[in-house]
Amino acid sequence: MSEQTQVLRIKRQETSNSEPYYEEFELPYLPHHNIVSMLMEIRRNPVTRQGKRVAPVVFNANCLEEVCGACTMVINGRVRQACSQLANGLNGPATVEPMTKFPVVRDLWVDRSKMFDYLKKARAWIPIDGTYDLGPGPRVAADAQQFAYPFSRCMTCGCCLEACPQFNLHSKFMGASVIGQVYLMSQHPTGKMNLDERLAAMMGEGGIADCGNAQNCVEVCPKDIPLTSAIAAVGRQTTIKWLRDLFMK
Amino acid sequence: MPGHHIIVGGGLAGLTAAMKLAEQGEQVDLFSIVPVKRSHSVCAQGGINGAVNTKGEGDSPMIHFDDTIYGGDFLAHQPPVKAMCEAAPAIIYLFDRMGVMFNRTPEGLLDFRRFGGTKHHRTAFAGATTGQQLLYALDEQVRRYEAAGLVRKFEGWEMLSIVQDESGNCRGIVAIDTRSLEMRAFPADTTLVATGGPGLVFGRSTQSLVCTGSAVSACYQAGSTYANGEFVQVHPTAMQGEDKNRLISESIRGEGGRVWTYRDGKPWYFLEDMYPAYGNLVPRDIATRAIHKVVFEMKLGVDGNPVVYLDVSHLDPVELERKVAGVLEIYEKFAGQDPRKVPMKIFPAMHYSMGGLWVDYHQQTNVPGLFAAGECDFQYHGANRLGANSLLSCIHAGNICEPAMIGYAKSHTSAASSQIYDQELKLQRESFDKIFKMSGPENAFTVWRELGEIMTENVTVVRYNDKLKATDDKLLEFKDRWGRIGLNDKGKWANQEVLFVRQLWNMLEIARPMTLGALNRNESRGAHYKPDFPERDDVNFMKTTMAAWSSDGPRFSWEPVDVSLIKPRPRRYDIEKSAA
Repeated sequence: MSEQTQVLRIKRQETSNSEPYYEEFELPYLPHHNIVSMLMEIRRNPVTRQGKRVAPVVFNANCLEEVCGACTMVINGRVRQACSQLANGLNGPATVEPMTKFPVVRDLWVDRSKMFDYLKKARAWIPIDGTYDLGPGPRVAADAQQFAYPFSRCMTCGCCLEACPQFNLHSKFMGASVIGQVYLMSQHPTGKMNLDERLAAMMGEGGIADCGNAQNCVEVCPKDIPLTSAIAAVGRQTTIKWLRDLFMK
Repeated sequence: MPGHHIIVGGGLAGLTAAMKLAEQGEQVDLFSIVPVKRSHSVCAQGGINGAVNTKGEGDSPMIHFDDTIYGGDFLAHQPPVKAMCEAAPAIIYLFDRMGVMFNRTPEGLLDFRRFGGTKHHRTAFAGATTGQQLLYALDEQVRRYEAAGLVRKFEGWEMLSIVQDESGNCRGIVAIDTRSLEMRAFPADTTLVATGGPGLVFGRSTQSLVCTGSAVSACYQAGSTYANGEFVQVHPTAMQGEDKNRLISESIRGEGGRVWTYRDGKPWYFLEDMYPAYGNLVPRDIATRAIHKVVFEMKLGVDGNPVVYLDVSHLDPVELERKVAGVLEIYEKFAGQDPRKVPMKIFPAMHYSMGGLWVDYHQQTNVPGLFAAGECDFQYHGANRLGANSLLSCIHAGNICEPAMIGYAKSHTSAASSQIYDQELKLQRESFDKIFKMSGPENAFTVWRELGEIMTENVTVVRYNDKLKATDDKLLEFKDRWGRIGLNDKGKWANQEVLFVRQLWNMLEIARPMTLGALNRNESRGAHYKPDFPERDDVNFMKTTMAAWSSDGPRFSWEPVDVSLIKPRPRRYDIEKSAA
């Protein structure tokens, strides 16, 4: 490894259906560069290590401080946000690839829209009566807020799905992030009132029964969301609902 | 018959308006370059202001109003600011009902913390990711209406221009699918632009990559007045980065963080020294100028570098975890040091535009049928925005769009001719065809970098007329160079470069009213500071700068400020604020 430069080996793909290929770029090494700032450098001079002028690498990025989830990529085989992968943590040439569990749009840009569809399917919202002024919300104990807050930081980045053996381009499994959101809604006094609707979705196609308990999700979550606790808790809630439905009918 | 509305932008302002319109049974088409959940509102950290007065401090919306007007150095029209401050408590309650996990007091009530420019605990917060939490709550409510068929989302679409009829009324937009590059015209009864700030005009700022100001610039070029463009907020505490400057929230100081540097070998808490009444919680323009003075005039930057310390190492780590963990994590991840143990190194960075599209008290621009809300309007913050007032102004403006847009749709029912859409579409197609043919020696991203450097140098903290004039000359030179750009990507699928070339042109257009607005204003007020004109001059400059686009450059006029509610008085933070 040269101390002066950083090599990026980038997986590229021109369209959703074309064959992928790799290209290498060499940049001046700056310790506080990150993968996105290096991709931005490449745009200014899109020439490969071999001296070939190419189209600049297409990628998704927005907030650049790991709160929007846009720039999720696979870097040296591990899924994460590209913006928070600093050059001084790479220790040598880095391979940058798009996520594999979502359709590629172009280069490093993938289409994660199905994650938002799953939130719709799971009815992940608090069904308020209306936006007009109804006074203060329900009281919540400080400890209960502290317990629920980590789940509210899920940025729908898809790391948990990329790492999940049960989730792929064709599976129906909705994955850990949506289960985390169902759990979050059940922690809110109003959200609790229509828990059954969300549990019904969790008991349907692609629901919690498809989880294989590999626990990779919690390992890769960039926000350290206790996803396996949510899966266990929603699992219990669905079992209770199933028994209740059985005996009440 | 329900109205049909277009909303461009899916941050707090756009989603609030979408939710409110859908609740009334209106049809909404929502356009966003990124999935709305990834909008720049997620970057807001510290909180949202509202005088709920749960701390026994005697806070009230009127005091919030006075703090905001005083903080904005008496440049904001007062009636809409008063309405916003009065609406604030109910807005916080609504978001609490929608499930935002706000921090709580031991009694289970909403907790509030202090922010800059006020003496009251007035800022509700969800850890230090409040913007993210508020955005997600709105995202969920809008998804509910999407599932019900009232909202159609066009994510991955970018607005190119508004469509106007023969009388100049806005009748919809032309937008492009950033994947297929397909362009389409979308008719609507009303159009709301809620596309946030123009951070990228300054190259590296605290803003996200979508914050180019391009859509606003397109409105400006179509006849919408751009107001107070010279008022640009530079946040005192950010980490300098290669790609952006990362915000270190004001809430850090709200929770007891202190700013210092070494003087004569000892820590000097210069904000506390210079401004004993407010200390570390002076408004942002004041803190930023103090840091500039310490670093550049007194040469007291840490290790001779342009940075000073922001220190929380003396604070209780348990409380820090509960209240500001999100910010400290960002610092730790990007600086590689634990701020709980080592003071953070920070420096000011461009953060927010107080200026924006001119709107009336109902968020309508001077183009009938075109509305604006959020950072892209000019209405609520005068010459300097107080921390935690931006989330509030976004949501409040989104709220008042609803009756205004419905009212407009009801009173303008004549159909537009299909020709106007075909014409605008043709114009946009031709302009893209031209960009696709560009084969000169210049690189768009390099021109952009140079734009950012000169705007940051000359149109942020300290302004001199000769440098402002030189900057405008440079902008004209950039426009010239823009014509000599060569495209590296000729692809017709997901071509981000071709979209950026167009955005860059729009950045160059909107940079001119910012720069020339500053040149024209020979006084110092809020964030606008000219050492050659160090005093506020109410006789000549207590007025809104109004820029109208023309092919020869912006044409300026001025509008008096409505100061009917609070009489202007000198703004000082070294002593207690005098009564209104």
